Amino acid sequence: MIAARRTLAALSKYPSAIAGLGIIVALVVFSVYTVIAIPYSEAVRMWRGGEGVWLETPRNALPSWVNLFPGVNRPETVILGPNEEVGGQSVTKTREEVSEEMTDVITTFTFDYTADTFPQEISLFLSAEFDQKRPLVSITWLTPDGREIRVADVTVEGPETVRFSQEEKLQRRLDGVNPEIGLFADPASEGEPVPLKGTYQVVAAGLVFEEETEVDARLVVYGQVYGLAGTDHRRRDLTLALMWGTPVALAFGLLAAVGSVVSTLIVAAIGVWFGGFIDAAIQRITEVNLILPVLPILIMIGTFYSRSIWVMLGVVILLGIFSSGIKGYRAIFLQVKESPYIEAAQAYGAGNFRIIFLYLIPRIIPVLVPQFVVLIPSFVFLEATLAVLNLGDPVLPTWGKVLSDARVNGALYQGHYYWVLEPAALLLVSGLGFAMVGFALDRIFNPRLREL
Amino acid sequence: MTEATLPLQPGAESVERVQAQSALMRVVKYSSLRLFALFITVVIGVYLTIMIANMGGYVDDIKRGYIREQVALSIGFDPTLKDLTAEERQAYMSQRVALQEKKMGLDQPFMVRSFRYLSGALILDLGWADNMISDSGSRQVRLIILERLPATLLLFATAQFLLFFVSLFVALALSRNYGSVLDRVILALAPTSAAPSWFYGLFLILVFSALFGLFPFGGLVSAPPPDSIIHYSLSVLNHLILPVAAIVVSAIFLSIYSSRTFFLIYSSEDYVEMARAKGLSDRAIERRYILRPTLPTIVTGLALGIITLWTGSIVLETVFNWPGLGRLFYLASNIFEIPVIVGSTVIYAYLLAITVFFLDIVYALIDPRVKVGGNEGGRT
Repeated sequence: MIAARRTLAALSKYPSAIAGLGIIVALVVFSVYTVIAIPYSEAVRMWRGGEGVWLETPRNALPSWVNLFPGVNRPETVILGPNEEVGGQSVTKTREEVSEEMTDVITTFTFDYTADTFPQEISLFLSAEFDQKRPLVSITWLTPDGREIRVADVTVEGPETVRFSQEEKLQRRLDGVNPEIGLFADPASEGEPVPLKGTYQVVAAGLVFEEETEVDARLVVYGQVYGLAGTDHRRRDLTLALMWGTPVALAFGLLAAVGSVVSTLIVAAIGVWFGGFIDAAIQRITEVNLILPVLPILIMIGTFYSRSIWVMLGVVILLGIFSSGIKGYRAIFLQVKESPYIEAAQAYGAGNFRIIFLYLIPRIIPVLVPQFVVLIPSFVFLEATLAVLNLGDPVLPTWGKVLSDARVNGALYQGHYYWVLEPAALLLVSGLGFAMVGFALDRIFNPRLREL
Repeated sequence: MTEATLPLQPGAESVERVQAQSALMRVVKYSSLRLFALFITVVIGVYLTIMIANMGGYVDDIKRGYIREQVALSIGFDPTLKDLTAEERQAYMSQRVALQEKKMGLDQPFMVRSFRYLSGALILDLGWADNMISDSGSRQVRLIILERLPATLLLFATAQFLLFFVSLFVALALSRNYGSVLDRVILALAPTSAAPSWFYGLFLILVFSALFGLFPFGGLVSAPPPDSIIHYSLSVLNHLILPVAAIVVSAIFLSIYSSRTFFLIYSSEDYVEMARAKGLSDRAIERRYILRPTLPTIVTGLALGIITLWTGSIVLETVFNWPGLGRLFYLASNIFEIPVIVGSTVIYAYLLAITVFFLDIVYALIDPRVKVGGNEGGRT
């Protein structure tokens, strides 16, 4: 406890270590929050959910905060359901009797459009309850300058989705311009189309032929920005993966570092204590292990057996037992072994393992701590490396998987830079946090470096 | 992932000099013993690879598929068998396959077979790939793998060469005037080496290819490849810059940092002070009294760096679409091309062993204390 406090005091002399500690604490707090706020099963369900879960989010949308930059004003997603009313947006539903057999169920969506660019897509989700006669819904688009554009007429059987961009007739009516542009474009503008700002209305008039028939409509004008982190190619909110990536990365890095360092330490101590054949065998195994190609073996295991992150973790630890660290620990243990207090322990009759675990290993911990901290980021990046090789955990959202998705889907070629930069920034920040603390610890525990 | 030392640190007892043997004999003897030890190591590594790969019977499947294909081919081309009916042909084929399997030893217990596979894998005799073909059109695994080797070697030799010399000279310059602003900046940047090369590769592509369009996104040459040799090399060079930069950026600061630290430790030795007092020039002191004793340590660091980079290359090559071994490995693991996966693992084991061996020789050359074990009685 005193040693820990002294270390902390020494660390506080290094500004980079304070920054690093701050980052680590922030990451830990953030992961605890994430695990509580979004339970594991919920995270997995949502991340695997595909389009069913993410029906109303735009595809490849930038994070919303890009609108804070001067000169950027991209549209947010507008979602208007039956009972929602936000700001200048509203939905009204009225029934008008047309004749004895026919009733008009009119849903009117009203919303303000103030962005400088066009939305991504417009969809109207329709559903109806009827006995035998299917209702006929005709959709009309009303612009702020009073133009009235017929969008489509649909007979609604089950749940029906009208994607405006796929309505060919509408596109023809708009002189071949894509509907999401044509419907919003200012007719007065020349050259590049500019969206007309103001209040738009969408009227879905459902002609029903039975008394009881009900038509429900939901309008989604997909924007170009979404949430804190934007969305990916499958409309998934990246916030989820970036949040859940934090505990996964920390757990993987920490467990792998603890597992490999502690096991290496024990093996080295056993080798030194028993000496002879055991020591020689351990040394030879270490030499073989050094030449084993770790990543190819991980890839083989991922390809042939399991991609679960915990299996990978196990293999990483297993391959890390006889790592090159053994040589260094061995040199220190050989010195410690000759200390008088070990002799004293033997004299009072302490057993082999009592000496190894209670007298040998504790002596080396100060040397260990900096190495251990420096190792963590390399394992955090190893997880990302595996994910980029398509060997990420199949169910868990992680930073590496976001990077991998981005790379595979050509984010860099298509200019979706946020998709690469967000997970990369998180990886870099967490890696740097641990590395900075580790380097400072190294200087504290190895005074010879401090003078330099 | 691996830091610390290679198995090439000399034992403490080998401080005495061997005077009877010439330097050449010493190096030859040392390296042949190391070569032997490393070969044993590679054999063990490859055997482990085969054990892992065959746990689900995968290597057996490779062999069976190979036999079946060979038999089918030979039957198909045999004119005397043309008149057989489909059933007869099938029966004849399974008979031949069973015979061939027996001949190849597939009916023997796994422990026996595993050694057969081992000898095959060691000479990269892994049969035929199912879906991959080499650029020359062959489906032989050995050709597919060896064809990709030059691209990988070009990339890594260039990067390592740059990395080694740049970091050496910068570290020397920094140790000469340590405490300067540049020294502090590099010290502060050392933690950036925690990120692997592909990670910086993504950033470099983003900035230099996507934003500024200065360099290509990836690949080895532009398509179609230029006709003249000069243009071809220029195009390769143009494609080489970003991946090499990614490797260098990912490793250089840590490399400079550790070299600099060693230089500083050695430059406070008494004999360096003595040389200074004698009035030797800075260059002479650096060359004779600082560089020489630190070189073994620095070479060890270099060896470990290369070992880490070899496997890190798999992702780097994938990110840059560099048609080398790493990308081959990635593609093979994506389409489950087992012979190629096993073969690539084997060749990576070879590359690592060759790297270690090469540096062992360099080590023996620059460090006169290195002796072959069991030859301690060199005192004359």
